[in-house]
Amino acid sequence: MSSTIVNLVYLIAGVLFILGIKGLTKPATAVRGNMLSATGMLIAVVITLLNSEIVNFTYILAGVVFGGVVGAYMALRIQMTSMPQMVALLNGFGGGASLTIAAAEYFSVLNVDAQSLAQFLAPVTLSADAFGAAAEGQITLVSIGLTILIGAVTLTGSLVAFAKLQGLVKKNVGLPGGPAGNALLLIGALIALGCLIINPSQAVTVLMLVALALLLGLFLVLPIGGADMPVVIALLNSYSGLAAALAGFILGNTVLIVAGSLVGTSGLILTKIMCVAMNRSLGNVLFGKMAPVGETVDADEIYAGKVTSAQPDEVAMMLEMAKRVVIVPGYGMAMAQAQHAVRELADSMVSKGIEVEYGIHPVAGRMPGHMNVLLAEAEVPYDKLVEMDRINPTFEETDMVIVIGANDVTNPMARESEGSPIYGMPILNVDKAKHVVVIKRSLSPGFAGLPNPLFAMDHTLMVYGDGKKSVIEMTTALNQS
Amino acid sequence: MEILILLLALFVLSLFLGVELIVKVPPTLHTPLMSGTNAVSGITLVGALLAAGSGSSPMLVNVLGFLAVTFATINVVGGYLVTNRMLSMFKRK
Repeated sequence: MSSTIVNLVYLIAGVLFILGIKGLTKPATAVRGNMLSATGMLIAVVITLLNSEIVNFTYILAGVVFGGVVGAYMALRIQMTSMPQMVALLNGFGGGASLTIAAAEYFSVLNVDAQSLAQFLAPVTLSADAFGAAAEGQITLVSIGLTILIGAVTLTGSLVAFAKLQGLVKKNVGLPGGPAGNALLLIGALIALGCLIINPSQAVTVLMLVALALLLGLFLVLPIGGADMPVVIALLNSYSGLAAALAGFILGNTVLIVAGSLVGTSGLILTKIMCVAMNRSLGNVLFGKMAPVGETVDADEIYAGKVTSAQPDEVAMMLEMAKRVVIVPGYGMAMAQAQHAVRELADSMVSKGIEVEYGIHPVAGRMPGHMNVLLAEAEVPYDKLVEMDRINPTFEETDMVIVIGANDVTNPMARESEGSPIYGMPILNVDKAKHVVVIKRSLSPGFAGLPNPLFAMDHTLMVYGDGKKSVIEMTTALNQS
Repeated sequence: MEILILLLALFVLSLFLGVELIVKVPPTLHTPLMSGTNAVSGITLVGALLAAGSGSSPMLVNVLGFLAVTFATINVVGGYLVTNRMLSMFKRK
């Protein structure tokens, strides 16, 4: 197989990836887009396997079978509510793949068949020329070093993100010194990278680089809390793409570069969208804490004597009078697995001639588009899922808003209270509706740790209890009336 | 060196193409976009195959190659399957 043919097939694969992502711009063409993209992957893999450079199929077969079974099992068994965890894991494996490719590339050139660790770490005579003539050798080494750095950060960072989303790690702890500790780790990793480029003959520098980068990924994500996860996942998604593109530079492989940079930009754009939706800079999400509260907001003062609660059947009675209802879901809906119950309530309302739409805040849930996927699973038509900018002007003509499991994204303090840490964050203006019903277990604050004046407003009713149970009770009451 | 410049040009142009493509994806599809692009980044499988199949190298390289193939295959198979599962749920009434 000549390299010309291989490269031409890679070009076709790259085009199919681009068409595949283009298909994702419309729900109607998205499934076909995904198929095109998968076809591109298949032909790229097949043409690579026909490559004469590949002589040993044992490890390939073992890896493909093992990886294929694990991947298929995960993809078919995962619940839609756990999709953020799944994407976090996939990001991590992407980073891990790039990391191991770069390390394999380095050690294949180093070519030590060591019997012991001491023998392995003993310096060998090796200059950058072994990685390519003149400047090319140095550039290959830079690519190897950067791929290892970004790949390792993505690997451990994603595993921590997974552990947090899965509830395995609950504390948000960082290094002593916070960002300074991370900066030290990064500087250490860059020094190791520098040593590798100057003198590639010592395996220990690569091992140091791997270790420092793994630690950096760990401590970058450990201090970050739950509701900031959409940003972290999007950013790690970007890193996994960037690592793949850099691996392409090591191998001089065009399809790796094209596909990797597409993924890199995709993650970066999602990161930016998430940051804008929280009115915070990326640096603030990654390293900062929420700004200290200027004047302490006393929850008791806001809520005392002003909160009205209601039973689900009372809400059902009010719903009978409504013409237009907007449902605002949040992470609480995912936690309560209430998406099917919510759809049934909406069906019941529609059958009584009520117009129902869903208002989706960009950072509702734990990853970009989390709520949309859950509601799609419950067979809510996607044209009923309305994004923030389009739903906000309609709240004044809305008779009732049902907020289920969302808090900070509806907090009017973001609009009105200048001293508030969330001031300036775009919110869903649910308080403009004639009536607001909030389904929530208690008055406990959301991720921002702030009381929500919405709960104390005259036209707001609190329905305390489990989201799913409350919604089902509302539906039953509405159907019986 | 000329090859490197070509690769760099490819990289930079792909970044710009990526921006143009991705900003058009509606928020409703952001989760499938992430898992779908994740599957695309499994293209590292191509590099992993080359590393794992090179044959003559020391044991360590084979082990690393095996790990790379495993990770990348999980990405490819898991990514495309889960994206397909999600996308087939998006229906208009």
